[in-house]
Amino acid sequence: MNATAPHAGEDKCLLRPGNTNCGGCGMSVGLTMLGRALEKADDSCSMVIPACCGIVTAGAYPTTSYGVPTLAATFASSPAFASGYASVRDLNDEPGQVVCWAGDGGTYDIGLATLSAAAERNENIIYICYDNEIYGNTGGQRSSATPAGARTSTTPFGKTENKKDIMSIMAAHRIPYAATLSMAHPEDFARKMATALATEGTRFLLIDSPCPTGWKSEPEDSIELVRIAVKSGLFPVFEVFDGVRYRINIEPDGSDPAEYFNRQRRFDDDEIDLDGIRHFCAKRMKRLEALANLNSA
Amino acid sequence: MSVQVITGNHAAGYALSTAGEANRTGRGTACGIYPITPQTEIVEYVARFPFSKGRVVPVESEHSAMGVTIGAAVAGARAFTASSSNGLAYMTENIMVAGYYRLPIVMVGVNRTMGPPWNIWADQGDTLMLRDFPWLQFYCEDGQEVLDTTLLAFRLAEDHRILLPAMTCMDAFIVSHTQTETAMPEQAEVDRYLPELDLPHRLRYDEARTIGGLAWPHEGLSMRLEIDEAMKRVPDVFQECRQSFKEVFGRDPGDVIQTFGTEDAEQILIATGTMATTAREVVRKRRAAGEKIGLVKMKMFRPFPEAALRDACQSARRVAVLDRNYAAGAGGIFWQDTRATFQGHRDDLLIQNYLTGLCGEDVTPAVIDTILADLADRDDAGEPVWMGIDTGKETLQ
Repeated sequence: MNATAPHAGEDKCLLRPGNTNCGGCGMSVGLTMLGRALEKADDSCSMVIPACCGIVTAGAYPTTSYGVPTLAATFASSPAFASGYASVRDLNDEPGQVVCWAGDGGTYDIGLATLSAAAERNENIIYICYDNEIYGNTGGQRSSATPAGARTSTTPFGKTENKKDIMSIMAAHRIPYAATLSMAHPEDFARKMATALATEGTRFLLIDSPCPTGWKSEPEDSIELVRIAVKSGLFPVFEVFDGVRYRINIEPDGSDPAEYFNRQRRFDDDEIDLDGIRHFCAKRMKRLEALANLNSA
Repeated sequence: MSVQVITGNHAAGYALSTAGEANRTGRGTACGIYPITPQTEIVEYVARFPFSKGRVVPVESEHSAMGVTIGAAVAGARAFTASSSNGLAYMTENIMVAGYYRLPIVMVGVNRTMGPPWNIWADQGDTLMLRDFPWLQFYCEDGQEVLDTTLLAFRLAEDHRILLPAMTCMDAFIVSHTQTETAMPEQAEVDRYLPELDLPHRLRYDEARTIGGLAWPHEGLSMRLEIDEAMKRVPDVFQECRQSFKEVFGRDPGDVIQTFGTEDAEQILIATGTMATTAREVVRKRRAAGEKIGLVKMKMFRPFPEAALRDACQSARRVAVLDRNYAAGAGGIFWQDTRATFQGHRDDLLIQNYLTGLCGEDVTPAVIDTILADLADRDDAGEPVWMGIDTGKETLQ
């Protein structure tokens, strides 16, 4: 979209080698995928990052692990900082995307009002939430993205409430593009990043982002876990255009979600209501299918 | 230059808008705005101003108003906003960030009582709550001073020797909603006074730099020290900005403190904002009757103008500090800093605190007379005196 945009940083590397992120970190994969999508589109970006693992990733001043201009925002404020920053970019006809890169705490919880307001104004920014379903940076507390049953340091007996449906919230803002991304499906992931880069206005991408530290899973299982989440319908992979046109990108294959819970020690298998979860996932897929069918009707 | 009869809010909106417009040949102007009584008219003015190269973003909270303003400033635009009272409290986290990011943002604060109980009238506790952040603070007594000081604040804040945000403050309603004759500069004059903003550390789209990440203790300490050094340069740079203001606009925007009758005064009133206007009239009358009293109006609060204040009070034996604010458990805030200013320099000076005009109470000439009578009777300074209320102990009605 910006054919003449220079790639920031001589190394053309959005997430530089030598960062201190955990093994098996989904956020790191997401950042790398974003860098590749930008390179492929001959585009560039500035990042606005609130409090989350993403800003710790930068490392200590004056060095940085980011090969692009990066601005730290207060926890609730990345869409507001980005709105001002992108406004001045546009006033000066400068190239490059403005990308908010935020965790689920900054998105579902403390930053939701700010995000909602930026979406309502249709700010010309890309908002990417790497959702690891936990406050990872502070050592693993529950957020409203944490699924029911998960043990966190603030829900030591398992969370009793269900995960918030952020996609419905964002779709309700009728923004041009909203999509869920799974790193178990890199082609779909890359295509959606490219779609987001080629779209104007507020774009929202939700990445299912494994966190071995918080999920108490093995780092080498990360991709497999998010693959099972897609297959079993735990993480529906879909996109929404203008808040109304739904498209399901990967159909679940009916796989049993049991293994997803077995392989993460944040869940106590005896307390997980698998039948209830299967029923919920099936109902949710039906609803998404019905919404998707409205397009062709 | 034309003279119009306008409110303090109108004066503030005009100053912010023309300052933003003056950067149209640079990177433009942008800001986030949010309403709160009694500053709403300021952001309404800004919202309808026809900027040549600007964007006004009406956001969903004060926190985001400063957030958008920060984002715009980081990108190199001239950025500003306005707020008041609980709005400033809600904005506080980002106000702090604007300072530590060394962004020359200018904010107009209309001083309104913090709630609860809900109260929309004048009290300086809101902006003074922000006193320990790296922001310059100025308190103004009428619309003209608001307009002039706001323009000066941009020039001062954007000076490369300073690079700190600045706040101009006015009393709710008494200034914000009162129409007075105000000299309005032409855009061309503002253009001359405020050259294009050149923010040396702005984040450029083609430069891989991270702003605001982790810094180890020694790096963080160095940044704090740099802020302190910039604060110490403010009094001198202020005088340069004041001088060039006189050259461009043909009037004096006022010194960091403004004295009246202090050369020979044995008793001095220290006051801010509209209290100073009233106190000046009382002092004028009583000096005409031969009394050796004087007034120091504090315009600049951060950095605290210690040298100027010591200088102004050389002849004084007693000082009354009038505070339209109350730091819970610690008295008035101007009093605290005044005491610290004279500690070790003038230990003979009697410095008495009067908490007056809190929560929008009127500070009338009679109140000033009562304070002067109490001050004259004192052999020693006591606890802060609450004016206008019966506390059952040391009280003045």
